[in-house]
Amino acid sequence: MNGAGGRVTGRMRYALATADAPFDPHAASRTAIAGVEAVCDPFGALYLPETRTLVVADLHLEKGAAFARRGNLLPPYDTLSTLTVLGAVIARYDPRVVVSLGDNFHDRVGAALLPDFFRERIVAMARGRDWIWISGNHDPDGAADLPGTSADELHFAGLAFRHEPTAVAVSGEVAGHLHPSATVRRRDKSVRRACFATDGARMVMPAFGVMTGGLDLRHRALAGLFDRQSLVAHMLGRDRIYPVRYASLIG
Amino acid sequence: MSEPARLDPASPPARLPPPFPEWFATKGWAPRAHQLDLLSRAQEGKSVLLIAPTGAGKTLAGFLPALTDLAERPKRRPGEAHRGIHTLYISPLKALAVDIERNLGKPVAEMALPIAIETRTGDTPVHKRQRQKLVPPDILLTTPEQLALLIASADAPRFFAGLRYVVLDELHSLVTSKRGHLLALGLARLRRFVPSLQAIGLSATVAEPDELRRWLVPQNPPGGLADIIAVAGGAKPEISILESRERVPWSGHSARYAIPEVYEAIRKHRTTLLFVNTRSQAELLFQELWQINEDSLPIALHHGSLDVGQRRRVEKAMEAGTLRAIVATSTLDLGIDWGDVDLVVHVGAPKGASRLAQRIGRANHRMDEPSKAILVPANRFEVLECRAALDANYLGAQDTPPLVAGALDVLAQHVLGSACAAPFSADALYEEVRSAAPYVGLPRRDFDRIVDFVATGGYALRTYERYARIRPTKDGLWRVSNPRVAQQYRLNVGTIVESPMLNVRYVRGGRGAASRGGPMLGKIEEYFLETLAPGDTFLFAGKVLRFEGIRESECYVSNGAGLDAKVPVYAGGKFPLSTYLADQVRAMLADPRKWGALPGQVADWLSIQKDRSILPKRGDLLVETFPRGSRFFMVAYPFEGRLAHQTLGMLLTRRLERAGARPLGFVATDYALSVWALEDLGHLFRRGTPSLGRLFDEDMLGDDLDAWMAESWLLKRTFRNCAVISGLIEQRHPGKEKTGRQVTVSADLIYDVLRTHEPDHILLQATRADAANGLLDVSRLAEMLSRVRGRIVHKALDRISPLAVPIMLEIGKESVAGEAQDALLAEAAEDLVAEAMG
Repeated sequence: MNGAGGRVTGRMRYALATADAPFDPHAASRTAIAGVEAVCDPFGALYLPETRTLVVADLHLEKGAAFARRGNLLPPYDTLSTLTVLGAVIARYDPRVVVSLGDNFHDRVGAALLPDFFRERIVAMARGRDWIWISGNHDPDGAADLPGTSADELHFAGLAFRHEPTAVAVSGEVAGHLHPSATVRRRDKSVRRACFATDGARMVMPAFGVMTGGLDLRHRALAGLFDRQSLVAHMLGRDRIYPVRYASLIG
Repeated sequence: MSEPARLDPASPPARLPPPFPEWFATKGWAPRAHQLDLLSRAQEGKSVLLIAPTGAGKTLAGFLPALTDLAERPKRRPGEAHRGIHTLYISPLKALAVDIERNLGKPVAEMALPIAIETRTGDTPVHKRQRQKLVPPDILLTTPEQLALLIASADAPRFFAGLRYVVLDELHSLVTSKRGHLLALGLARLRRFVPSLQAIGLSATVAEPDELRRWLVPQNPPGGLADIIAVAGGAKPEISILESRERVPWSGHSARYAIPEVYEAIRKHRTTLLFVNTRSQAELLFQELWQINEDSLPIALHHGSLDVGQRRRVEKAMEAGTLRAIVATSTLDLGIDWGDVDLVVHVGAPKGASRLAQRIGRANHRMDEPSKAILVPANRFEVLECRAALDANYLGAQDTPPLVAGALDVLAQHVLGSACAAPFSADALYEEVRSAAPYVGLPRRDFDRIVDFVATGGYALRTYERYARIRPTKDGLWRVSNPRVAQQYRLNVGTIVESPMLNVRYVRGGRGAASRGGPMLGKIEEYFLETLAPGDTFLFAGKVLRFEGIRESECYVSNGAGLDAKVPVYAGGKFPLSTYLADQVRAMLADPRKWGALPGQVADWLSIQKDRSILPKRGDLLVETFPRGSRFFMVAYPFEGRLAHQTLGMLLTRRLERAGARPLGFVATDYALSVWALEDLGHLFRRGTPSLGRLFDEDMLGDDLDAWMAESWLLKRTFRNCAVISGLIEQRHPGKEKTGRQVTVSADLIYDVLRTHEPDHILLQATRADAANGLLDVSRLAEMLSRVRGRIVHKALDRISPLAVPIMLEIGKESVAGEAQDALLAEAAEDLVAEAMG
């Protein structure tokens, strides 16, 4: 998943994560997935208050290193940035459970070759909570030597958590994989941002990794996943979420 | 090369061996003084710069030293090893190399000289390239990229061991770009192989010939100059501006209004060359001409995106004299000599006096006869610009851009290429690099950081040692870590960064358009194709095409004849207006006596402007303010080119934002800048909150510029180029040549991450330097701001002025940036609230 969407927010999220500004709860937007209350956080994570569960998708840790292994020496700072934002959102909600929805690492060997100082940060973040690593297509072998449990999917709190959304219509699913982004158009101007996509029955999460691109909601890979009548894109703004109805994207 | 000339009785003591004197005699010619002069200096072992106008026999002059030397060389005995390259010819254009092969082939054949001449370009088939390595020709005609590839191979020292001359054609054009930097580094390497190597530079007239003379000889110690031979200009061209019966449009670039008159001109001449500034303009003009081509005149199209086979067919037809007209972009800009062109038509403004002279030089190609050219301005400001360019050409004014220091991204590519050829010593390579003119001032620290960048990315967080591309050996030499690195280098060599392109394949239309096997029409930028929906029609390769869809790396199109081309192609100006021309245009605006030379309707336009508003004096900057709709506008007329105006627009909106003027957006053209806001700008300026003097103060180039540059999409685009050229991201990956878009990662994301964590990284340093010279045109802006200090004239109006009309028509074509993005999101989100509450 490379491409343009969500490109502005990676750095912004990092900047906010390293700032000490207090969090305004109205900056997040509230929704419900199959009746389960959920909060879309501007950092790109989903919080389920009833079970104190924090969900993130597509961290793509060590993406820079994965490219470096192939001879493209991309900056090694993506892991640091992503973990910094993750640390900030965990501090914000102090969740009991953290679910990472797959593509936690950009390639198969990413987890095994993770430098120690990154590993230590993850260990510190996971202390005192349950951590579930769902496997994705980039990292099908699970998360080596990291705290928590690896799983292909998780059924919990009335919801199903998996990496790739099921092709047929389902209720109560939280998935990642697609890196959804949406484009708002007004008076010949357009703005494209990563987004949470939900029609109330299922939720597809934005990619959390700072060096990940996005796929537009209108792309055929997303066709048929949602009831477009009730589809809402919770778009990641500079420091808050903007919920925009699918039909209102093109004004 | 086919023009008669008189023998100079006091010919210099050049040695012109047989059969050359006889050949000149049978042709009824005599060698020209400058040709013999160059020959004699070359025979003395010197490097020479030849500056001469088109049609002066420059090419023959450049090759005479090589041809005479080769003619005298003893024959190769049977069993003797093949000799290497004797003369290397490098031109900026593939087409030029092919053209020279043709033109040089004639005298060589007529004199039956035992000289093999071959081209080697990106279009040369692999088997021919391999054969050339084993059996090299005597004269190899090639491009800077191919030279980079040749020197990056292990057998380069052997291949070039017999090299005597390097002929650099169109040097004035090469030296101003990163390709020039790549070439300079290549030349330095050749000099290391062959210290006695002589360089012969061929150039059109330039403002600073010494810059080119330094370029041709090693700069250790700095300051060395090649010899110079300058030939005075030929006959003055006859240039006119098309006087149309139609109304000249306010804005736009198509010049559609003038098509019937252009067609008439084609009919009245033998062969016409039509130049335009962009590919899309070429497509449009070609299409429009064929729509009224009732005589079915053979009119062809030529631009760099067309399939190579198609380009070669057009070139052959042109040479054979079977075409009446050819519509072309800059691919034909340089010294190509294609037969009997008796008219050059330039559509759109030429943007620079030197460029105009160059293009007009195409007509006739005979120094002693005047060239004939017609300028066709596409809009009213272009009328002024054409007029100014025309005056300039008569005056022989030169406005070639100044040379800039060698780019660091190009250096990174060269460093990797050096390691691919053989293990290198950093000390020796640094000395070699500094002998190239563009890199003479390169600090050792920057060089070392580039080597470190090539090895491991050069990051402060040193986690990539195990993935290093080059490593120091025990004896202190740098060598490539594995053969894959060299393979990657070879696939990505060069400094021309293309947007990802897709092949365009012609198929039968309708359902099941997947039927493969139709002809390939050329390549189009992926970003353009992605905006299309199946069924959309657009112009390409001289046809109206219907978009069918994208499969893998190919775009399928079908015949859209009979349909209108619905989707316009981006048609913005490609070149900024030169500083010199800008000044001429301002002078013309200020002086009503000069308007007599303008078409009546344009003069009227200026008169009405004078009545309704004012026309600025030559050195003044006019700023008009007026309300329109629910917005308040300011329009400034600096005439400094779109890039400088764009930078100015970004900086002004930041300041207006702080002043509480609530600016909403801006648009820039080559001539003017318009900013609009929610507050009454005219009122604010009159009250001095802020004053115009304060608003345009030069200090905007300090903090504001730094802050803005960091966010600018222009900087991101510049970064992408640097990242590709330096080898950080690749255009092509081994085994995946066709699907570059799937292996690359968004350069914008990389930029963001790098800037956050390591703002002083060497590649960001290179990006900022590039942007300040290039896309942002900061130096130009700085000159302008200092020029207009205390000379800003404010005119508050109650409605739009005539001069403002062209730029106001451009509004709505730009995308939003920065702060305004979240406002747009908030607006869309409010819809949802309204819906829920209503």
